[in-house]
Amino acid sequence: MVSDETALLLDDVRKSFGAVRALAGVTLRVGRGERLGLVGHNGAGKSTLMHVLAGVLKPDGGTISADGGRQVADYDTAAAGRLGVRCVFQELSLCPNLTVGENARVLHPGLRGWGWRKRAEGLILEQLDAIFPGHGIDPKTIVADLSLGRRQMVEIARAFTVTDTPIRLVILDEPTSSLDATAAEQLLSYLHRANLGGVASVFISHILPEVLSAAERVVVMREGRIVLDGRASELTRRIIVRSMGAADEELSEAESSARVTDTTADRPRQVLATPLAATGGMELSACRGDIVGLAGLAGHGQSTMLIRLFDAWGKRDPATQVAAPVALVPGDRQSDGVFPLWSISRNISVRSLGSLRRFGLIDPGREKDLAATWRERIGIRTPDMDNGILSLSGGNQQKALFARALASEAGIILMDDPMRGVDISTKAEVYRFIRAEAERGRTFLWYSTEMEELFHCDRVYVFHQGRIVAHLHRGQMTEAAILRASYADASGEVA
Amino acid sequence: MITNDLPSPADVAPARRTLVLPVWVWPLLAAAVVLAMTLIYSGGRGAADIMSAAVTFSALFVIVGLGQMLVITSGPGNVDLSIPAAISLAGAIAMKVMDGSNGMIVAGLAAALGAAMALGVANYLLIRLLRIPPIIATLSSALIVQSIAIAYGRGLKIKPPPAFADFCTGRTLGVSNLALVAAVLTAIVLLVLARTVYGRTLLALGQNQRAARLAGTPVSRARLTTSVVSAGFAGLCGVLLAGFSGGSSLNMGEEYLLASIAVTVIGGTSVAGGRAEPLGIWGAALLLFLIVTMLNTFGLSAGVRLIATGVIIVTVIAIGGGRKAA
Repeated sequence: MVSDETALLLDDVRKSFGAVRALAGVTLRVGRGERLGLVGHNGAGKSTLMHVLAGVLKPDGGTISADGGRQVADYDTAAAGRLGVRCVFQELSLCPNLTVGENARVLHPGLRGWGWRKRAEGLILEQLDAIFPGHGIDPKTIVADLSLGRRQMVEIARAFTVTDTPIRLVILDEPTSSLDATAAEQLLSYLHRANLGGVASVFISHILPEVLSAAERVVVMREGRIVLDGRASELTRRIIVRSMGAADEELSEAESSARVTDTTADRPRQVLATPLAATGGMELSACRGDIVGLAGLAGHGQSTMLIRLFDAWGKRDPATQVAAPVALVPGDRQSDGVFPLWSISRNISVRSLGSLRRFGLIDPGREKDLAATWRERIGIRTPDMDNGILSLSGGNQQKALFARALASEAGIILMDDPMRGVDISTKAEVYRFIRAEAERGRTFLWYSTEMEELFHCDRVYVFHQGRIVAHLHRGQMTEAAILRASYADASGEVA
Repeated sequence: MITNDLPSPADVAPARRTLVLPVWVWPLLAAAVVLAMTLIYSGGRGAADIMSAAVTFSALFVIVGLGQMLVITSGPGNVDLSIPAAISLAGAIAMKVMDGSNGMIVAGLAAALGAAMALGVANYLLIRLLRIPPIIATLSSALIVQSIAIAYGRGLKIKPPPAFADFCTGRTLGVSNLALVAAVLTAIVLLVLARTVYGRTLLALGQNQRAARLAGTPVSRARLTTSVVSAGFAGLCGVLLAGFSGGSSLNMGEEYLLASIAVTVIGGTSVAGGRAEPLGIWGAALLLFLIVTMLNTFGLSAGVRLIATGVIIVTVIAIGGGRKAA
């Protein structure tokens, strides 16, 4: 429902961070009730644009106007709030120590007086029911106790709650990255309904088929500019990828590059985890050079398994055996990954300190070399590896976390859905890297919420409610087979 | 494909080269200002005496402050409240074992440090095994240890061996020996923080405990080391203090509890953990001593002195704190 009415208009908006030009003059009109898809590489300026729209960042130049050209002076978070602009951030913005209901109240200062908590809980519950029917979230739960997927649901639902200000525009940054397939589907269909009701949405995602089906209009950003702006129905994945400047062959090539070899007998076993009495299910094993996928709906025990394997190194636990040092690539950068006070270089070297020592002390020269090597090998986009890690865009921070694990002596690399919010060309690069490292004898255990990613694995284990319910070899790995196994016992509760 | 996105060197070169002072400079500057004001008031008299007293007394604060700094750096909620107990216990044990005899100095020092470090281990076990919050754990171990020190020392004041007393009150090349000890320890701590696995682990731990664990750093060992080092430094301070002041007394550690926290925080170490500023402790310790000296020189009453001290500290933190964002 594209109307001529404008929800929000950006005119020649510019923003620089030091020498880095994040937005180099962006003009963008979002129509009332329009569904706009926004795609681009890491560092293309998507997040900056979103932060400008949210009023978090003040642009260096350009204007923002609403309602037929009325320019909004001093566009900040309060102004954005008054206009009814809401955001769902990729780095979740809920307070982990508060309940779901209390978090809903944060957005709605109007909920006051006796029984505000109950009203806030009712508000968020109603919205959760509207977007994610069967979500199973109790609004009295403390947010920290929710799985990442459910937190994301709350974050999304909260953005759509209304008390006094009607919603004009909701910006969603990678909203489906931690949702499972069902919830993602529910969200997309809700967006459709909301847009019919006049609420515009800006949907940022790296999953192109999703963008193409979710949005009416797609805008592609590159190096701080809009390089493509067209109707979704007239665009294809290939056109979009080409406009981003990446070679699209890489993707199709990667899909076919997985080895056909299924002979594991000649390679030593590196990982063995027998099922726990409490959960049951199948055992997990991996040999040297294996790339093993952990599949299933988000939050069904894949991360728990990775942590169990991580803790097993150096311990004698017959139920969980690992034959080599273990390194983990976290997916939740903020809480499991980066050290915010440190440079990029220190963030990478932290896993390899032991081997950087000379005469018992860490050798600054070796540390520098390590950082320089990995900047080159994995392509971290920064003028100086001594810059703070937070100066990097999310995708580049993730690359640094990959470098941390891969630079270490670890023979087994555990990956906890590490590609969340990483652009496709970076992904293609990292996939190749993983394949090459596996051929050199490293073992990868790879939890992913993206179906496409699992096809880079040699075989997958499918998790359901904390246990392994299926083991699919290369030949049996199809989307349908994985989905079937994911829902294996889902008779009653669907998470 | 990524490298061509890099800003060219020409773009980067004119980057803002504004002078950013290290955090630890601020308390040192403040100390210098306070010293200057004192000397202006006194017409420059006693400059050398004030300086040397400041450095000597600061040295003891620096030694305990370094330990407290490591503990605070290990993350929010971590603080060592058993420092006064470690000081009293170590002072009492050292004096009793040395028993005024020069031949027993090494044995006394070893016994005192051993006892203090055992307290550090006990603190660690209380916190990690029984999962008692650090504030409660170290406070209760302090009460127990203080009682032991009372029972052990029986309130007798034993004089330190002459050689040890001479060392503690003496100077080498014009600098007090205590200050030299503190300087050496500061240098070691600086080196350890920047260049050892323990140091990096501690800093990582303070920023994000979970990430530190998942990055494979030896987190538990770092916590134990920190606990032991803090107690050990406090013990060393106790022994030196006893040597300096002609014997141990049971409450001699009292003023070091708040002081150890104050010099750490004023020195620029992050209360939230993950950032340590060993050099800042020197500035902060000198500042605290010099403020008292200045206010005494001005001849202010005790009440006004305390108020002024508080105001000055807040001012220094407010000025220096704004530049902490790294």
